[in-house]
Amino acid sequence: MVMSSIRSTTPPEYQLSQAGQTVTFRASGDWTLKHIGDIDPVLTGDLEALDYDYVEYDLCDVGELDTAGAFMFARAVRIGPGERHKWKVIKATKGQRTLMQAAADSVWGTPPIEDRQWYDSLTRLGTATERFFSELLETLAFVGKFFAVFFKLILQPRKIRWKSVVALIEEIGLNAAPIVMTLCFFIGAVIAYMGANLLASFGASVFMVDLVGVSVLRELAPIITAILIAGRSDSAFTAQIGAMKMRQEIDAMTVIGLDTYEALVVPRALACLVSLPILTFLGMMSGIFAGMLIAWVGGMDISPVLFFNRLNEVVGVKSFWVGMVKTPFFAIIIAVIGCRQGLAVTGSVESLGTRTTQSVVQSIFAVIAVNAIFAILFYQMGI
Amino acid sequence: MSDTLLHSAPPMEAIDILTQFGENIIHEKLNFRVETGEIVGLVGGSGAGKSVLLNTMLGLKEPEGGTIKYFGQDRRDLTPEDRADINNDMGVLFQGGALFSSLTVRENIMVPLREHTDLPVPLMRELADMKIHMVGLPAKAATLFPSDLSGGMKKRAGLARSLALDPKLLFLDEPTAGLDPVGANAFDELILGLREAMDLTILMITHDLDSLYTICDRVAVLVDKHIAIADSLPKVQAYEHPWVQEYFGGPRSRAAMTAGKT
Repeated sequence: MVMSSIRSTTPPEYQLSQAGQTVTFRASGDWTLKHIGDIDPVLTGDLEALDYDYVEYDLCDVGELDTAGAFMFARAVRIGPGERHKWKVIKATKGQRTLMQAAADSVWGTPPIEDRQWYDSLTRLGTATERFFSELLETLAFVGKFFAVFFKLILQPRKIRWKSVVALIEEIGLNAAPIVMTLCFFIGAVIAYMGANLLASFGASVFMVDLVGVSVLRELAPIITAILIAGRSDSAFTAQIGAMKMRQEIDAMTVIGLDTYEALVVPRALACLVSLPILTFLGMMSGIFAGMLIAWVGGMDISPVLFFNRLNEVVGVKSFWVGMVKTPFFAIIIAVIGCRQGLAVTGSVESLGTRTTQSVVQSIFAVIAVNAIFAILFYQMGI
Repeated sequence: MSDTLLHSAPPMEAIDILTQFGENIIHEKLNFRVETGEIVGLVGGSGAGKSVLLNTMLGLKEPEGGTIKYFGQDRRDLTPEDRADINNDMGVLFQGGALFSSLTVRENIMVPLREHTDLPVPLMRELADMKIHMVGLPAKAATLFPSDLSGGMKKRAGLARSLALDPKLLFLDEPTAGLDPVGANAFDELILGLREAMDLTILMITHDLDSLYTICDRVAVLVDKHIAIADSLPKVQAYEHPWVQEYFGGPRSRAAMTAGKT
């Protein structure tokens, strides 16, 4: 037994006859959603060709009728010029009459469809500019509020949620360690190879140690780690906090008297503050190790002893500290931007998506920008 | 001939349903049927498994035992095409409206139309606007996003979407929950009007006693893991079961009853 065969389907047909200003609409067959697609343009064309101001419906031969069918009938009332509500059903069942009434009552005048205008691109440019500045302002306000709460909590360490801090350190730090180390290993290896190739042409391949040491310690390990954590944990911060916002958990916290900064933002910032230097250190070690490995077995014949001696002499511990000193700044940037974007999520699912994207983009942007500022600063200071 | 068979068979019938999660039995020997053209209210205490039953009836969940019949046919015997056909004959209004938040109200209503018909887009738009009008939303609501709507408007928009394909059988999950009494009354009126206009069969889960008194033809009580009674309201009220007595004998029920009679 198949459903489609049970349902007898007679295609819809109609007859329009005009007497004076009155059109009689005789319909037969099934007027349902499945059929009206084909008949709609024909019917509309026929009706537009007529000049009338009164419609009479004869529906006694109509089989199945649904709202879509009734909507088709009501076309006649809509297209007819003059007074719109002049129509009458002569023959029909009670259900068909109700349906006709509902259909004829509806859609007088289509609601606005947003049209595109030539100046739309200018409007978009304007809104984007305005949004950029308001974003900047809001982020700075957020940073200010964050530091106020942060220092208040530092003075009262008992109020810090250590449990969630530790859990977050595991998530942000420990779980990210393998990927950070692997990535820095590859970067270190690539730098070593490139340096070795380039410097060998001057017969100065031992300088590759300087290259690997300085670039990995000062720049690459901190920045790679920060970008990785920005991509990995920032999206998580925004999505978590955003989902909480959507389900009104944030509102509930506020009403209960929990400070969202204390409960959500500060633990994340602390976790980042702890995790990022450790991860950066691991990244540095892994990058240097890769450089050493390439120098040793990659055809340069620089033994590990020579490598480390040279590293000690030329690069020194200064580069290490230059790299490390940047990490707390990156940590705060990552945590603050992730949390701020999460708290900015509104009710819709779309805003969660845009905010997560923005969070990652902004934090990576900010990390690179701040790194550039540091580079200028250190250069001017002669470090 | 075959048409009469279709119309005489109840739109939805649940036979000997057994539902369990692990050791925990939710429904046992549950029998229930919805007849053509009626409005049935389903009541039951919190945690009695009303929503699970709704999911089972909708086909979102397979019961551990028993059968669900749609229009007289066992759900498991249906070919995928027939199943899709029958699905189009059923509409659901979920509790929060379950509107797609990235689409406007009009686009939400157009989703089933796009999926299951090949009408030209302008016509779909017009049909969607008609549904918007039928559920009593203002015409300008068409271009709004769900996040811009109030709770009551969301329900109306959800109802409009569930009616998009002109279903024969409509499931409503707490349609008036979260609405103020005025809004709830208007929604009840709307459901009655739509039933008349569109020949609907309606099953509603509700806790709203006013709805039970004013629009339901029958009331089904889900208690002790099965439908204890499904009958007209006076008979249900006379049913000897502590939970039923408490439910209909409470002060809220008496108030709703007197209000319903006047």
